[in-house]
Amino acid sequence: MLNQLTISELTATLAKREFSAREAAQACLDQILRMDGKIHAFISYDAADALAQADAADKEIVSGTTHAQKPLLGVPVAVKDVLAVKNQPLNCGSKILGDFVSPYDATAIEKLKAAGAVVFGRCNMDEFAMGSSTENSAFGVTRNPWDTTRIPGGSSGGSAAAVAADECIASLGTDTGGSIRQPAALCGCVGMKPTYGRISRYGLVAFASSLDQIGPFTKNVRDAATLLGVMSGHDLRDSTSVPQPVPDYARALTGDIKGLRLGLPEEYMIGGLDPEVKAAVDAAVKQLEKLGAEIVEISLPHTDYAVATYYIIATAEASANLARFDGIRYGARVDGNDPIELYSKTRGAGFGAEVKRRIILGTYVLSSGYYDAYYLRAQKVRTLIRNDFLKAFEKVDAIVTPTSPTAAFKLGEKSDDPLQMYLSDIFTISCNLAGICGVSVPCGFTQSPKLPVGLQLLGKPFGEATMLRVAHAYEQSTPWHKEKAAL
Amino acid sequence: MASTEIDVKYVAHLARIALTPGEEKKLGAQLGNILGYIEKLRELDVMNVEPTAHAVPLVNIMRADEVRPSLPHEVALRNAPRQANGLFIVPKIVE
Repeated sequence: MLNQLTISELTATLAKREFSAREAAQACLDQILRMDGKIHAFISYDAADALAQADAADKEIVSGTTHAQKPLLGVPVAVKDVLAVKNQPLNCGSKILGDFVSPYDATAIEKLKAAGAVVFGRCNMDEFAMGSSTENSAFGVTRNPWDTTRIPGGSSGGSAAAVAADECIASLGTDTGGSIRQPAALCGCVGMKPTYGRISRYGLVAFASSLDQIGPFTKNVRDAATLLGVMSGHDLRDSTSVPQPVPDYARALTGDIKGLRLGLPEEYMIGGLDPEVKAAVDAAVKQLEKLGAEIVEISLPHTDYAVATYYIIATAEASANLARFDGIRYGARVDGNDPIELYSKTRGAGFGAEVKRRIILGTYVLSSGYYDAYYLRAQKVRTLIRNDFLKAFEKVDAIVTPTSPTAAFKLGEKSDDPLQMYLSDIFTISCNLAGICGVSVPCGFTQSPKLPVGLQLLGKPFGEATMLRVAHAYEQSTPWHKEKAAL
Repeated sequence: MASTEIDVKYVAHLARIALTPGEEKKLGAQLGNILGYIEKLRELDVMNVEPTAHAVPLVNIMRADEVRPSLPHEVALRNAPRQANGLFIVPKIVE
């Protein structure tokens, strides 16, 4: 089945003309028809447009364009509903955008299209990427393909579930505090957050601008390297994108990690860590050692302050960024007698509970009299957290941790307790605050029920190549990434 | 840090979000809980620490001051809830 293939498998078969890009796109669309009633990974998708893109790719293949020239030619890639794709709807999992249609492509999308990808679908997500379970979408919940009574993680839950259920070959998500890595872990696929500034954020609807990054969900590490290479690079339209050369990430995947030093932070083996998750991660560390890596105990002493720091900085930035949703220039509007009443009514009706909670918290921590006590203090603690990592990276090449303290939890289990939900991001949040890169790869399963467990690798700023080398060597020496959810 | 009591009504007004009385009550309790957790940052001495606004310190990215292609007028207005004559329609602001 073409929809089950990886990017490298699919492009190989397309290049040999054993199958067409149209057949590949159709296989994904058929799988969506079969499965998405149960999973609901997609808010919507434009089948005719996807097939038209696939036909165009087939024409190019016939006329001699190679995958060396266009590495994603004919590959169906699904997109989180927070990235602008020209002439497609954009809702951010919210009611407030009404029937918004994107007038332009995000830079990452432009680059995917230029590389020949068939860009399709709007993957479900927590509203404005605020959540860890995809239960905060105005378009209904997404279910975990491994157990449909459980959450897929979030906020990019739809993108993760779509890859895990073979409804696409790969997908895009965004990660502000773990929103790619955590759902990848919980759905059993590969998900990576690049270094802040690696991929342009132009055309990504901002949640927390100093933390947000776009990244791929894939079926193996090699595919993640391919997508990273296509999307990376400086962009004049995003002044926070960094003018650093883009290495050939796929070439870094040598399988050889002998002599690399991997740090094991003592602060990550906390009380709330599920014993089965701990056992899987311990076994993964042993495996990395067996492959020739040197395991080094390290300390990240401010780990315990990361969640509190994050929920000040991220909500403060969100309260400013989401001010643009006021019912004037786009989206839904609820009329009022004056502009203030129009804004308040529009935002009261358009935003869901979690978004309101975070905007109000962010407004509060920035408000007169509280700025120094909350926001400024959090920015200073952010410096301490970043310094922890920079110091650790003087001694090690990458850091190894669990991605999430537990496997996928039940739908509704944490939805009434925001603080408990926030604490489920405890292992992923520091990476965004420090601006470094991270990737989650499958590292085993819980027993009963059988649910995927993720291993997180954290790399130096712009150290994706080394980080992916470790992830790839581990993956290729273990069977976990080959297992499929029994749908 | 200040008390963990939060005047939800006032802050919601600053944020321009209309809340129902039920939402106000629920949010007040939840935000009190979250702020209580955030208090733990007071344990740290940050006296001589510089704040981090961005992880990658880039400053003053400049470009040439030249006209470049941008969205056509009608495309920029396409998603407006109300528009006429190439303008956004809003409620009356001045009497």
